[in-house]
Amino acid sequence: MLGRVANTIYWMNRYLERAENYARFMDVNFNLSLELSPNEEQQWKPLVVITGDWKLYDSLNTTTEKKNVIHFMAFEKENPNSIYNCIINSRENARAIRTEITKEVWEQINALYYLVKKSSKKKKLNDTEVRQFFYDIKNGCQLLYGMYDATISRSEGWIFARIGQFLERADKTSRVLDVKYHLLLGSANQVGSSLDLIQWTALLKSVSAYDMYRKKHGKLTSTGIAEFLILDSEFPRSILNCLLRTENSIERLCASKLGGNNEAQKRIIELRTQLENININVIIAQGLHEYLDNMQVKLNKVSTAIYNDYFSKERLMH
Amino acid sequence: MSKLNLSAYDSKGFYDEMFDENNVVRPNYKLFLDHLKKMSPRKLNQLQHATDRAQLSLGMTFNVYNDNQGVERILHLDIIPRIINNKEWQHLEKGLQQRIKALNLFIQDIYNDQKVIKDKIIPKEMIFSRVCYLKELEGFKPPKDVWCHITGSDLIKGGDGKYYVLEDNLRCPSGVSYMLENREILKRTFPELFAKLDVRPVNNYTHILRDTLESLSKVERPTVAVLTPGTYNSAYFEHSYLAQQMGAELVEGQDLVVKNDFVYMITTKGLQRVDVIYRRVDDDFIDPEVFNKNSLLGTPGLFRAYLKGNVVLVNAPGTGVVDDKAVYAYIPRIIKYYLGEEMILPNVKTYICAEEDDKKYVLDNIGKLVVKQTDASGGYGMLIGPKSTKKEQQEFIIKIKENPRNYIAQPMINLSRVPSVIDNTIEGRHVDLRPYALYSDDIKIIPGALTRVALKKGSIVVNSSQGGGSKDTWVLNS
Repeated sequence: MLGRVANTIYWMNRYLERAENYARFMDVNFNLSLELSPNEEQQWKPLVVITGDWKLYDSLNTTTEKKNVIHFMAFEKENPNSIYNCIINSRENARAIRTEITKEVWEQINALYYLVKKSSKKKKLNDTEVRQFFYDIKNGCQLLYGMYDATISRSEGWIFARIGQFLERADKTSRVLDVKYHLLLGSANQVGSSLDLIQWTALLKSVSAYDMYRKKHGKLTSTGIAEFLILDSEFPRSILNCLLRTENSIERLCASKLGGNNEAQKRIIELRTQLENININVIIAQGLHEYLDNMQVKLNKVSTAIYNDYFSKERLMH
Repeated sequence: MSKLNLSAYDSKGFYDEMFDENNVVRPNYKLFLDHLKKMSPRKLNQLQHATDRAQLSLGMTFNVYNDNQGVERILHLDIIPRIINNKEWQHLEKGLQQRIKALNLFIQDIYNDQKVIKDKIIPKEMIFSRVCYLKELEGFKPPKDVWCHITGSDLIKGGDGKYYVLEDNLRCPSGVSYMLENREILKRTFPELFAKLDVRPVNNYTHILRDTLESLSKVERPTVAVLTPGTYNSAYFEHSYLAQQMGAELVEGQDLVVKNDFVYMITTKGLQRVDVIYRRVDDDFIDPEVFNKNSLLGTPGLFRAYLKGNVVLVNAPGTGVVDDKAVYAYIPRIIKYYLGEEMILPNVKTYICAEEDDKKYVLDNIGKLVVKQTDASGGYGMLIGPKSTKKEQQEFIIKIKENPRNYIAQPMINLSRVPSVIDNTIEGRHVDLRPYALYSDDIKIIPGALTRVALKKGSIVVNSSQGGGSKDTWVLNS
């Protein structure tokens, strides 16, 4: 497979995963905001902070209101990570590698494209329309994952697609946990007050983890939730699970690779081993924020190593 | 439910493909019209809308030149097909085969023996001064001596009901993906009609194309790639479509490297050799070492690898000499010269402004003629005399006087019309015809074509960049 094509597939899937995550974050937050006191800044600012785009938001907006945040994360053309731009980029990438995907996948990604184009043109979306939009994005992306799974051959392209998806997912889970965890602990109430329970539930729901967490742990505790989202090996959106599957994918690449560097493999094994040998209490004692921050840096390094090992032109120019 | 009423349809003044001069339906359209008449205007509109949606969902879009992201358009597909009977098609087929065979011999000759010039069939300044003439190819012979593997000539039918060749496209003819996808869509629009009418299939085009490409290589199982300028090119949809349908790699110039005069793709597992390149990048941009130094679309060393016979380029570089609108005027003589035959498909009468008598005629009659710049395409650089203002005519008179060699002129031809769906009703619109030919061991004409239609009332400019749409073309077995 062409290096450029592999790179494009990788990013196509990262953008898709990102768009789906954003839609879910916002949908859950929206739902939550209906039952809480109307302090919009307190409710909506953390969402922007999670995405790492607070600076940009601040430069484009004077207030932190629900409608501004939603616009910024969903439709803002200046925001390279808005759902709008994620879908546009994902579809543009898909267009560039049209020969690697099936008609089903292409038509679905194209449908998402027309969905964001149409929605972004509307002057003002009312609450019902906004939620419908989030629902359509989530559903559309998940439909796409299903089609991908059901129609694409398990060759190299598939592997790069999965790697992109898992790395993006691990990154987003770490970010949402980082921001929300501190906010919730900072609110002084013990876990257990009705207000807090709603918030912790929301955190789990924003990564679709509520049902699986309840099934496994039953009771909601802050430590239990952090453990579940970082160290659970079975839940498909936990960081460890994403790392395990990334590692597995890279292993399959290496098996078919003719010599060359395996920097990416080395890094992913290191990171996964480290997670398997740490206890949640240790993480919290050392500082959850620092831990997750460091995690995001390491995930980026895996991504860079994949670029150097498989996509770049330079590796072959000697 | 009201039925479609065609009594107001105006077939006068032009050759209409569906009705004869007495408003009687032509035999090739009879079954189709019976079907159409049973339909309500509402149903017809529904079918047309479903077609628009299908095109969007298939991503059959093109970028408009000079526009950035955001302006993607579909090439409007009108659901009423152009229908051609078997006899008419056989005539076209023979005529195109003759023409392409002669043009190929002509290209081989001008890059080698140049007999056609020595025998004074065509003046040498018509060839050697042209930018499309590539000196670097002198003495070169491509595999199987074939230069123009893929041709898409533009034909029109005049008021006399006869076909004329309007221009030849021997460089990178585009539009074949529309021929193929239009057919897929129309099969859904009128499923019941296909079997009844015995329409000849076109969908083996990509198989024949792949066979053609493979047959040109000496390698046992050659690696075939389609070279595209990238996603911003207006024909990108077609490039990716053809690569995908053929199971070929879709590459950009940056994906290729040349080492020891062989061409390789940069893959995740290292370098992989490429044997045949169906390139959709113009000659001037394929190799910055030889041609346009600023080209980012090409690959340094590609041309050298080609001259050494280590890679096949399709179409061969250098075929652009034939696309020159001034050379066009000499094609009847070229056919006679190489094949000793009279031309089966006539040219449109062409005045060459480089020749004194013709120039005078053009300047005196500019209001009646269509004037074309010889090195322009896409409907640009053109004056349609009868529809132009005095000011526009004056501008062209100045241009012609300044640089006569750059202009030719032709009488205005009333392109034939096909009924088309326009705002809930059916009106006649002017069309042309672009059939596709593939040439390796023999010349195969695919029984179908892209019919382009000028959607603006009265317009004869069918180019997609200027408000043109398309129609499916049905070639009947009987």
